[in-house]
Amino acid sequence: MTETDLKQATMQYVTRLGDDSIILSHRISEWCSNGPFLEEDLALQNVALDFLGRARMYFTYAAELEGEGRTEDDFAYLRDERQYTNLLINELPRVDFAHTMARQLFVDVFNTLFLQQQLQSKDETLAAVAAKAVKETRYHLRRSHEWTLRLGDGTAESHQRMQNAVDNLWGYTHEMFDVDALEQQLIEAGIAVDSAALRPQWLEKVTAILTEATLTVPEDSWVVRGGRTGYHTENLGHLLTEMQFLHRAHPGVTW
Amino acid sequence: MATQELDLYEVFLRSRRGLDHKHVGSLHAEDHEQALEYARDVYTRRSEGVSIWVVRSSDICASQEDDSDSFFDPSDDKPYRHAMYYELPKAVDNM
Amino acid sequence: MTPEENFMRKIEAGEKIEPKDWMPDDYRKNLIRQISQHGHSEIIGMQPEGNWITRAPSLRRKGILLSKVQDEGGHGLYLYSAVETLGISRNELIEALQTGTAKYASIFNYPAQTWGDMGAIGWLVDGAAIVNQVSLQRTSYGPYARAMIRICKEESFHQRQGYEIMVTLSRGSAAQKAMAQDSLNRFYWPALMMFGPHDSESAHSARSMKWKIKRETNDDLRQKFVDQTVKQIEVLGLEHPDKDLKWNEERGHYDFGEIDWDEFYNVINGNGHANRQRIEHHVRAHEEGEWVREAMHAYRDKKRSAKQQAA
Repeated sequence: MTETDLKQATMQYVTRLGDDSIILSHRISEWCSNGPFLEEDLALQNVALDFLGRARMYFTYAAELEGEGRTEDDFAYLRDERQYTNLLINELPRVDFAHTMARQLFVDVFNTLFLQQQLQSKDETLAAVAAKAVKETRYHLRRSHEWTLRLGDGTAESHQRMQNAVDNLWGYTHEMFDVDALEQQLIEAGIAVDSAALRPQWLEKVTAILTEATLTVPEDSWVVRGGRTGYHTENLGHLLTEMQFLHRAHPGVTW
Repeated sequence: MATQELDLYEVFLRSRRGLDHKHVGSLHAEDHEQALEYARDVYTRRSEGVSIWVVRSSDICASQEDDSDSFFDPSDDKPYRHAMYYELPKAVDNM
Repeated sequence: MTPEENFMRKIEAGEKIEPKDWMPDDYRKNLIRQISQHGHSEIIGMQPEGNWITRAPSLRRKGILLSKVQDEGGHGLYLYSAVETLGISRNELIEALQTGTAKYASIFNYPAQTWGDMGAIGWLVDGAAIVNQVSLQRTSYGPYARAMIRICKEESFHQRQGYEIMVTLSRGSAAQKAMAQDSLNRFYWPALMMFGPHDSESAHSARSMKWKIKRETNDDLRQKFVDQTVKQIEVLGLEHPDKDLKWNEERGHYDFGEIDWDEFYNVINGNGHANRQRIEHHVRAHEEGEWVREAMHAYRDKKRSAKQQAA
């Protein structure tokens, strides 16, 4: 692989990570003024801010790698559904607090493992982003772990809601561990994280938490994939419509 | 329908190493663990702290204003506890 | 000295009243009314701006807005915790808000229609709030004063970020400039109303001044705000919404046009665009959170009884 190819591949990879971050941040930020009580409302906004911060670092870096003068906002606001490459789990609607926390649990466990590896990346920027993000994620997981216990082992209603959420999201967790040709190249170059290798640890950790919360780990009976190739659920289009409309309504201006 | 109230916790922050913890306010939480986390989320949004204490408000025992005569006045007649009570020769008065 | 005399002695000497001190019933009630109204305003105030977080036109603006709205929530919490020292519970506070027995600032019954409103709200609404809050740092009730000091320290960025939005818009495209002017026009007068009725009409003013709950009158604070805003509008290159505004050499202040108090009372009395929406939103979020709060209690009780059995 030539240096230019490597740069191009890294740009695409970094964009994926940025897409995951911005879309999840958007979903969490929808909780603003809608939280179950004030303290939790504020805590959720901190998490949304953490993911937004990550999105900005990734997009800024992607723009730099691309070298065509685009900005973080061009990446966030001027790409369509088919160009967005986030994992599907991030774009699903927030539904209720149980769905939000179940998603966080899956993503947070994944991110603790993922970022731990990203710290070792030969790409210095990626390693530096990981150094910041890994601390945030440890705190996110602490929260989603505790909430899973409270909701799973709380009342009959909360148990049922949490179990539904886990069941509804389970089929979207598999693509977190997919590695395509692009990532394979970058793994070999010591830049990307080999997420396929994280699955056993992820499953072990998630199983332990769900079991502790008296929840049942779902069977692997269905799987939905496609985020990385721009094959999205219908939810993403609506999310982008909302996120991008103002920016696109006034092309080229400064905000 | 109102759920029973979450417990009230008082929050104390140490803003820098070497300083005392200072009371900054309160919040509601289910237990100490959660109170600590929310204190982090609510009272240190601008990295105001390096250490947090939380105490259940009902566990604080406070002196009453009515007691203040018997509590604090007795110290008023003990000026010898203060440095300025002692007159020293000028040459060494910065002691 | 009777408790009343002792209380008034402290007020007059500029000492703070603290939670466990004796205080007249009306002082307590007055504080509960004012601080909870202030707290509710922060909480309800999250909605108009929160309404734009998912649509913010740049990632930088999105981050700023999210932090700002989060701050409003935090300030609501500081104020709730101050009012809770007076022996009223969070549940009671929420109920009073939702049933309408407690008020919140009427400015939040105006809709945040455009992005320009994010500028105007930060600049004018927070700006007016800050003028009031700076004065309240010297209020006589200790926990309220301390909450105000904390809030003022944090809020300095709120007004600046709003003004920065206005600067960017007014130096931007024609459409952006028009957006800025429109937002200024819609929020200027309601911002002046935030200081409350004229002193002569204000039901609580005189006694609140005597007790040093309020430190400056509605009209004095409003004048301060009018004066400081003139230059800011000029720098933006926008048209001042008040055609009667005129410098008064003798007073050393600007004279300004009469506020439309009919509109003020009209909106307070439920005819604003968002009165119902704001309360319904709060009720819905609270009700949707009910099962979450119940789950927390159930889980804690299980943990506690498990601990006791183990002991």
